[in-house]
Amino acid sequence: MEINRRSLLAASSLAAVAPLSRARAQGQTIRLGVLTDMSGPYRDSTGPASLLMTQVAAEEFAGRGFTVEVIGADHQNKPDVGANIARQWYDQGMDAIVDVPTSSVAFAVNQIAKEKNKVFLNSGAASSDLTGSQCSPNTVHWTYDTYMLAKGTGGAIVRNGGDTWYFVTADYAFGHALQRDTSRFVEAAGGRVLGASRYPFPQTTDFSAFVLQAQASRAKVLGMANASGDTINTIKAAREFGLHRTMKLAALLMSSTDIHALGLDAGQGLLLTEAFYWDLNDRTRALSSRVRARNQDRPPSQVPAGCYGAALHYLKAVADMGAAAAKADGRAAVARMKAMPTDDDAFGPGRIREDGRKLHPVYLFEVKTPAESSGPWDYYKVAATTPAEEAFRPLAEGGCPFVHS
Amino acid sequence: MLELIETITGVPAPLLFGQVLLGLINGAFYAMLSLGLAVIFGLLNIINFTHGAQFMMGAFVAWMLLAWAGLGYWWALILAPLIVGFTGVVIERLMISRLYKLDHLYGLLLTFGIGLIIEGVFRNQFGSSGLPYRIPPELSGAWDLGFMFMPVYRGWVVISSLVVCLATWLVIEKTRLGAYLRAATENAALVQAFGVNVPRMITLTYGAGVALAALGGVLAAPIYSVNPQMGTNLIIVVFAVVVIGGMGSILGSIITGFGLGIVEGLTKVYWPEASATVIFVIMAIVLLTRPAGLFGRA
Repeated sequence: MEINRRSLLAASSLAAVAPLSRARAQGQTIRLGVLTDMSGPYRDSTGPASLLMTQVAAEEFAGRGFTVEVIGADHQNKPDVGANIARQWYDQGMDAIVDVPTSSVAFAVNQIAKEKNKVFLNSGAASSDLTGSQCSPNTVHWTYDTYMLAKGTGGAIVRNGGDTWYFVTADYAFGHALQRDTSRFVEAAGGRVLGASRYPFPQTTDFSAFVLQAQASRAKVLGMANASGDTINTIKAAREFGLHRTMKLAALLMSSTDIHALGLDAGQGLLLTEAFYWDLNDRTRALSSRVRARNQDRPPSQVPAGCYGAALHYLKAVADMGAAAAKADGRAAVARMKAMPTDDDAFGPGRIREDGRKLHPVYLFEVKTPAESSGPWDYYKVAATTPAEEAFRPLAEGGCPFVHS
Repeated sequence: MLELIETITGVPAPLLFGQVLLGLINGAFYAMLSLGLAVIFGLLNIINFTHGAQFMMGAFVAWMLLAWAGLGYWWALILAPLIVGFTGVVIERLMISRLYKLDHLYGLLLTFGIGLIIEGVFRNQFGSSGLPYRIPPELSGAWDLGFMFMPVYRGWVVISSLVVCLATWLVIEKTRLGAYLRAATENAALVQAFGVNVPRMITLTYGAGVALAALGGVLAAPIYSVNPQMGTNLIIVVFAVVVIGGMGSILGSIITGFGLGIVEGLTKVYWPEASATVIFVIMAIVLLTRPAGLFGRA
């Protein structure tokens, strides 16, 4: 079959690129392009909400001597589509690309931003290699990465006695990275990995076979090295087959939108790691109530919140160094971002390390029971807080080439 | 005995039994979906690529009935197939019926397009991560079979799917209505000459095939996440099932559906990475040796 949904969708993404040339304003305009998943599995945890939160950041900079323009496009989780849009955007005067979930697409945009000396503010991609072997002086990795997720959830479960693991892993780069990083923490704490089922992504809908194999392995913990709908279906199968009575479930990458889809009945008691939750403190609650009405009556989840934080800090750096200088040299703009301390309503005070890693506190959440929850979106209670300096991979271990040179 | 099985297969016997049973459960979905496709292809000569979207609609209608009208699972089992089947009737009347004189390819493209549009609309409206739907209290819990923990609901899926498949087969093979249907498949003009309203029969057959897909969707709603992509991955496998069983063969699609579910389940034990591919390997082998499918007539 020559025709498939992807090729049909490819045509529509080009249409999304068009509006840029129309809106060439006079004077200094900073242009932000939100390149994200608008039609695939990660749409709910990134997508339109990421675009909205970047716009919110831009609105806070109205009337500072330069105008800010924000547009969005769908990369369909495909590196070639994402790379084409990124190239076209940067060539047409885009100053920074924001979000870019799906690590394979993020790596492509990362290279192009460096080559064209523009800015790349990543929020949605998970691979820790973005600030490790693939690091770039033009890139800031804001919200999370596989190392921090593995340490947060994996580390906490091993400490509580979960020392034998069985993984259900999405058979592609992201799943492998997440399993690898988590295994490292399990083994470092004296635990053992008893086995793994790598399932075809994205063709798998039924996870009960893997749940049964996990059960047969007699491991204490089921590590889910996957995301979104796959994680939801794995948890549902685990509950159905009574796995949760004998094993702990470790969802290594989950967001509040996934819990919303899963429901508290099946989700209660899960431990998960996030850098942002709308109900953390007064500032996060204020931010959420500001945007909720524009976000389909939902509070923002962590990736869109990361887009907000990253865009806001970038615009602060632009205001500090002058729009003309920021537009001329993306590397200098990122250097200025690293020199300035960060502070925003979503993540509080923090900083960006020289390898591009944004540092902020990370939270281990436990999902509430239906009785504890007051209604939709009241899903988490804080189980532990890891300070910013301890939550992420130490600078020396990342192997980022330009940090040492 | 159990030790013997373990020595031969290299896998603990309980795990093996469990996987065969799970394979049967997945096979139940394959059978029900491919049955609908086979019925539609048999009479309309249309390869209904909207089937996955209609399966998804069944699950969503079940969710809507519960969330908006307070009607639970048992009502959904009856109402969702009727509602989605009716949308099928509308689609057949307004669009598909215009293509019967053209090549298969046009019907394929049209239904493929309709499927994409429906999925897009649902994704826009409900997002991509899905909606929760609970297992009805009457069917929650599990049986301890000794070798595995068997959720009551999965057992229900297998039994109800078997009943529906057999009932469909009986209607088509053993009743007067079924005889009309089969006759119209052979020679529509002649059957019409005998005073049977063939266009109406074709419309209702399409509606019934779609209703079967929707029923599958309702059965799947409590197990899988109710999301707009839920039919996309399943439908590709189901097409392979139909091809292996023989296009248009009712019994072929039922037996092949259950059989391939088991083959896939066993692949998940020995080589999980290949579990999505194994069915297509079988399809290739069957097409090379028996191009009309295992149960098809050349």
